[in-house]
Amino acid sequence: MNWEPLILSFELAFITTMILLVISLPISYWLAYSNSRIKPIVETLVSMPLVLPPTVLGFYFLLAFSPTNGVGAWLESVLGIQLVFSFPGLVVASLVYSLPFMVHPLQSGLSTIPQSTREASFVLGNSRVRTLFRVLLPNIKPSLLTGIVLSFAHTIGEFGVVLMIGGNIPGKTRVASIAIYDEVEALNYDNANYYSLILFTITFLILLSVYLVNRNYQKQYFK
Amino acid sequence: MIELNLTKKLGTKEHAFSITLDTTIQKGEFVVLYGKSGAGKTSILRLISGLLKPDDGYISYEGIPWYSSEGKVNLPPKKRDVGLVFQDYALFQNMTVKENLQFAARTAGEKSQIENLIALVELTDLKDRLPSSLSGGQQQRVALARALVQQPQILLLDEPLSALDTNIRSKLQDYILKTHRQLGLTTILVTHEWGEIHKLADRVLVIDQGRISREGKPEEIFAGHQISGKFSFPGIITAIENQDVVSVVSVKVGNQIVKVISDIDQSDDLKPGDHVMVAAKAFSPVIYKLE
Repeated sequence: MNWEPLILSFELAFITTMILLVISLPISYWLAYSNSRIKPIVETLVSMPLVLPPTVLGFYFLLAFSPTNGVGAWLESVLGIQLVFSFPGLVVASLVYSLPFMVHPLQSGLSTIPQSTREASFVLGNSRVRTLFRVLLPNIKPSLLTGIVLSFAHTIGEFGVVLMIGGNIPGKTRVASIAIYDEVEALNYDNANYYSLILFTITFLILLSVYLVNRNYQKQYFK
Repeated sequence: MIELNLTKKLGTKEHAFSITLDTTIQKGEFVVLYGKSGAGKTSILRLISGLLKPDDGYISYEGIPWYSSEGKVNLPPKKRDVGLVFQDYALFQNMTVKENLQFAARTAGEKSQIENLIALVELTDLKDRLPSSLSGGQQQRVALARALVQQPQILLLDEPLSALDTNIRSKLQDYILKTHRQLGLTTILVTHEWGEIHKLADRVLVIDQGRISREGKPEEIFAGHQISGKFSFPGIITAIENQDVVSVVSVKVGNQIVKVISDIDQSDDLKPGDHVMVAAKAFSPVIYKLE
């Protein structure tokens, strides 16, 4: 059996999750505490990947990043990056595709913290950033963990977007979910079964550990 | 001295009202803001602490402007010399009692005072506990101690005792009064609690629809008029019995029930639970020595 697709899947999920964590913090903070008029629009955009067929996202990425298109051509000529049918392209697409899975838990976690807690920190002379890292995030550890794990798991489970923008290039864009499809098409049910079982087991264990950790955390703080 | 002269529009489109303040609070004074819920008391504390920005006017402390719409000054909360205790205490749940205080300390000098403050509010035994494992009264004392870490000149208290039972409340009132006097603070307290006002306040500002509708000493405000009597005690009506021509009103004063005769017309306005002042105008008190 070829381990490459599995390793590629986990690599993609890991990189996507790390980047998502960084970009979702300011987005979630803003969504949780802003009263801006454009907030519903931003909320809608963030949630779109939840309901949109992944092929739609993939299709537009394909168009946008194609070297014949303005954006794709600019990226290739200025930065030397080709996003279509490449691993960096998969990462960019995954970031958009998994964004709500990171933003939603963080946003709801942040909005459960009473306004007075934040204000107490401000009155004591702390900046927003220090308040975020010292007061807010330590109090929403379960949400952080949920966001990280859901983004990771959801990226592993990606299929439509990857197929559209990544294609099926061994070692570059053939992730586990695509490999399974490929093996089934070639009637190699044994191989498909191996991949599937491994994905099933690993995702089961990841999710189980989240629920266990969150349960212990709640016991510790909310006796 | 705190000088306040400001306006601030608040509320939603359907239920808008504005805060209009013009008053001076002397250094060392203990002022109570009293009024119905939604009258704007908490917003006044937020305006003074810098959590809320006025639309217009000025706030100054000892002649230094904290906010001035003309001078385009608006100091952030941390630059204002205030300690704020929230109604829900707003403790940092991820930190122990001691860490909550340490988080508030900015200088080595403030850090070195932490043990003393913890001792002042009698929490030495509990200093390594998380807030969620403390009772309401204990959490309140942590909040008070935390607000004092930076040695503010002004202490703002937003109904800090409203969720506590009578015994603890009375003890914490003593704490607040003690720290107010010991540290020479200027204190502004929001409360509905009548006994609290009589015990603590030098001056009461009655807030109605965002304005000061009346102000004065507690007994002037709540007795309606100055009674030339020799005795007056605040109390709560526990029962009213209407007799033929008079009513007998039972009033809980301290721990005792006192029965007071009232005419029926007057007692129509009264109901059990009302806060009243029992005053005596013309009689000669008798003194017994307590053995």
